[in-house]
Amino acid sequence: MDSADHGWQRDIHHVFKQRAVRQVAYVPDAGHAGLIRACESDPEITASVLTTEEEGIALLSGAWLGGQAGALLMQSSGVGNCINMLSLAATCRFPLLMLVTMRGEWGEFNPWQITMGQAVPDILSRAGVDVYRADKAEDVGETVAGAAGIAFDGERMVAVLLGQRLIGAKRWTSDGEESE
Amino acid sequence: MTASAEMNGLDRRAAVRQLLQHRDAGATETGPGLVITGLGSATWDVAAAGDRDETFYLWGAMGGAVAMGLGLALARPEKAVAVITGDGEALMGMGALATAARHAPDNLTIAVLDNGLYGETGMQSSAASGTVDLVALAQSCGIVDACSLEDEAALESFSKRVFDGAGLKFARIAISEAMPERVLPMRDGVLLKARFRSALDL
Repeated sequence: MDSADHGWQRDIHHVFKQRAVRQVAYVPDAGHAGLIRACESDPEITASVLTTEEEGIALLSGAWLGGQAGALLMQSSGVGNCINMLSLAATCRFPLLMLVTMRGEWGEFNPWQITMGQAVPDILSRAGVDVYRADKAEDVGETVAGAAGIAFDGERMVAVLLGQRLIGAKRWTSDGEESE
Repeated sequence: MTASAEMNGLDRRAAVRQLLQHRDAGATETGPGLVITGLGSATWDVAAAGDRDETFYLWGAMGGAVAMGLGLALARPEKAVAVITGDGEALMGMGALATAARHAPDNLTIAVLDNGLYGETGMQSSAASGTVDLVALAQSCGIVDACSLEDEAALESFSKRVFDGAGLKFARIAISEAMPERVLPMRDGVLLKARFRSALDL
């Protein structure tokens, strides 16, 4: 299944439009590919590919300083890169909406993803981020809309974990990639 | 530190005052200029040059100054933004130079005060001391307009361009090892954010 086919990614883009999200920063993940394409082709959104995830926290804090709302897309492995930079959003109460596609939690074939994937909810909570999650396609839009409200209206750091079951477990073989 | 080492390079306080001399309303069409500072000495230098509502001082978030300036510049294309930071802070966030160059906003100037040292933590040598060429780094990231400023005349000429909104710029400023007394601005992040946004009528 091509990730662009996921209706829940269109639901997230719809929330971005409703909440006037003008900057979307990302380190690519296959689970975000369709949403990234939608944001890149949206003339109202400035999309920034980052060299590392913490850059996005500073970038979106600058955007809010200038009056624009934003969202940060990453894979669970990128959460660890963010920790100290979260202090910027926490200390200054910059709204931060993070959408995290999960690896290493369900049907993961790559053991290198598991350490970070399993630790993500606890690490984010300890850093002061409100954590929500969606495992079913029909829940994604509502969950992201609720999280966006807490982030932008409550000036808080919020993460929505998009469960690996949603994205599909991935198996790579020497012949290529298979998704379940 | 020897007296001769102190003589080698520009005075950081004077250099930052000079860099920011055209930031106020009326000096340029886009004014007043918006300023983001990198933590540590760059924050003290900008505070010493005179506090402004349109300045956001970082007291932490090391490596975030350039990315923050980029997000601000993209959000406010009609205003000119300057990031004033040090070599250690810029090196921690050097990927942000590549990210900035991909957008190449006309209204962003990145100024790096380079003494090749981590001044706040005991004067340890940074990678900018002898190995990394910051100007070549910026250029290889795709920032075409990048230069090294090593005397007052060059600074004077560059200062006229800091807030001109006429292209993404990078300047490495060769400062001496001298560490002037700290000038501490307010450190309440919520207040800094609120006054900055209020100055932009947000």
